[in-house]
Amino acid sequence: MYLHKFLIIAVLMGASLANAQQSRFGAPATQEDIDKSFWTVFPDGEFLPDGEGNVAAGRELFEYNCTLCHNMPGENDPVKDEIGKLFGVDDKRGRTNLQQTIGSYWPYPTTVFDYIRRAMPLIAPMSLTNSDYYSLTAYLLYENGVIGEDEIMNKDTLPKVQMPNRDGFINAYPEVPEKYKAKD
Amino acid sequence: MGKDHKSTVIDATDHVAKGGLLNRRLFLNSALATTAALATTRAAYGQEIVGEGQEDWVITPGSSALEYSDRSRFEADTVKRLLPDGTEEFFNLRLTKYTARTPLDHMLGTITPSGLHFERSHQGIPDIDPDQHSLVIHGMVKQPLKFDIEALENYPTVSRYYFLECSGNSAVLFQDEPTDQSLQQIHGLLSGSEWTGVLLSTLLDECGIDPNAKWIIAEGADNGMMSRSIPMDKALDDTMIAIRQNGERIRPSQGYPMRLFNPGFEGNTSIKWLRSIYVSDRPAMSVQETAKYTDMMPDNKSLQFSLEMDVKSLITRPSNAMSLQKKALYEITGLAWSGKGKIAQVEVSVDGGKTWADAALEEPVQSKMLTRFRIPWLWEGGPAILQSRAIDEFGRIQPTRDALISARGQNPIYHYSAIQSWAVASNGEIKNVFA
Ligand code: HEC
Repeated sequence: MYLHKFLIIAVLMGASLANAQQSRFGAPATQEDIDKSFWTVFPDGEFLPDGEGNVAAGRELFEYNCTLCHNMPGENDPVKDEIGKLFGVDDKRGRTNLQQTIGSYWPYPTTVFDYIRRAMPLIAPMSLTNSDYYSLTAYLLYENGVIGEDEIMNKDTLPKVQMPNRDGFINAYPEVPEKYKAKD
Repeated sequence: MGKDHKSTVIDATDHVAKGGLLNRRLFLNSALATTAALATTRAAYGQEIVGEGQEDWVITPGSSALEYSDRSRFEADTVKRLLPDGTEEFFNLRLTKYTARTPLDHMLGTITPSGLHFERSHQGIPDIDPDQHSLVIHGMVKQPLKFDIEALENYPTVSRYYFLECSGNSAVLFQDEPTDQSLQQIHGLLSGSEWTGVLLSTLLDECGIDPNAKWIIAEGADNGMMSRSIPMDKALDDTMIAIRQNGERIRPSQGYPMRLFNPGFEGNTSIKWLRSIYVSDRPAMSVQETAKYTDMMPDNKSLQFSLEMDVKSLITRPSNAMSLQKKALYEITGLAWSGKGKIAQVEVSVDGGKTWADAALEEPVQSKMLTRFRIPWLWEGGPAILQSRAIDEFGRIQPTRDALISARGQNPIYHYSAIQSWAVASNGEIKNVFA
């Protein structure tokens, strides 16, 4: 009886039951909407785009697009170091995050690509091609001592790069591990 | 002669801890509520202009109402402080002053006026046209949906009072030497507001999330597209898409036209200018949850996803923003908060933590919101060290600086939550100290 009633209601509701989750005021999002607003790439490489880059091209792009604000390897302009220190594997374990460079601190190679594509160069983020960003990523990884000079970076090779500080992180959610809790 | 009408009678039973801390109910008694006798003058024989001696604003017409009101011109020094201090060269490259701190010493109550709410952006404040902006929710959902500001305003909203604190607040206190920066500089990345918005769970429900989804990844529409991963249990609990702050549409610096708001979580997770929420089974490991906003511990491991803010409190008056002018009865007052829930108790010491007394908590005490505390203090002119210590409803106790640093070291620049000490000298000057 109960089931019977339910069936009748279902039939009456017809097509609208097929998408029972009708949004009250939202509109369907198109692939175009998604592509425009979503720029994450995951550590396993999901959402990395086509294209590829190399260290030599990256060095040239870096000199042209980035050295207004960031030092080249070996340069020590203190203002530029304060903006963002991108190289220097030796001074890990420094006192501030600015010393925690890609080679000494960042756990995932994909984060380099994800970040510089969405945010750099500061004056004009996303102004380069995906291949350019692969080249810049290759250059930054190379100068941080993580990859060799001849390695090509693309959506297959980049996620496989092993970062020196890959195992340096401990999850503090939902609880900070006991030994890092302050005790009086 | 008779008793000075301004003096207060304080007897031994009013003392609740060493150093002049008094029963918190003292100010509620009528002892202080005395009024000076009004001196009246009479014009001689009705011959003088009656308004003689009145201030201009009493005897001239006032100004017109405004479409959007500003505060008194005499309050112009209550302003945010733009930091960090940098050379011109630095800001030429940095392009924006990206941090502005709330003048906590000028505040009473618990609400920060929207124009004084602290600000922190990574690459500046975008000038978003709301007609060209919407939030897209997609990923592990049955149907991806988008919501513009008009759509969001149609949903049932919630309005709740919450604090927001940058996890980098008070970071300078990790350093070896106590800074002489002001209260505002040290602790001003903290504010409290009424936030109105649509619970994210309402929207996720309409999208139909996959049961295997464990995270959401939020991205902004600012230069740099700030992005953070938020655990799904939080997203389905009290996270909201905030569209209003203190009643009006949130301001550009706070994420106009819409921001994520994660109550009790470190500030940067409440992504401003929110444009995309990707429903996911894993975190993005974005730059802001790996290279930044992580804290290296003494064993060289770094804490990641330290999302919930710790229990913390702070005396805002007296503080190093002022000095004591005379021996007198003062009110010690400040703010306490916890990212987990409500404040249960705040204790105050004026002898550097040797003895403590309970402060009165101003009602209503709200979850994940600033709570104001107060206690009367008779300063008799000697040196004193003022401290407050908060305890939340889960029994979490605010640690001393020594305890915090022995557990976490001095590498971190985030999540400094230790007890603040203000040293009062005999001449009334007040300094930040480590005690
Ligand atoms: C106009 C100045 C400017 C230019 C040009 C610029 N950057 Fe940056 N960069 C910054 C600033 C400012 C930050 C810090 C941003 C923040 O605080 O969130 C930064 C941060 C970074 C970081 C993170 C550094 C860290 O602290 O870990 C990387 C990587 C980076 N930039 C790469 C690049 C690359 C690659 C280019 C060229 C394509 C570039 N930048 C061009 C200003 C600039």
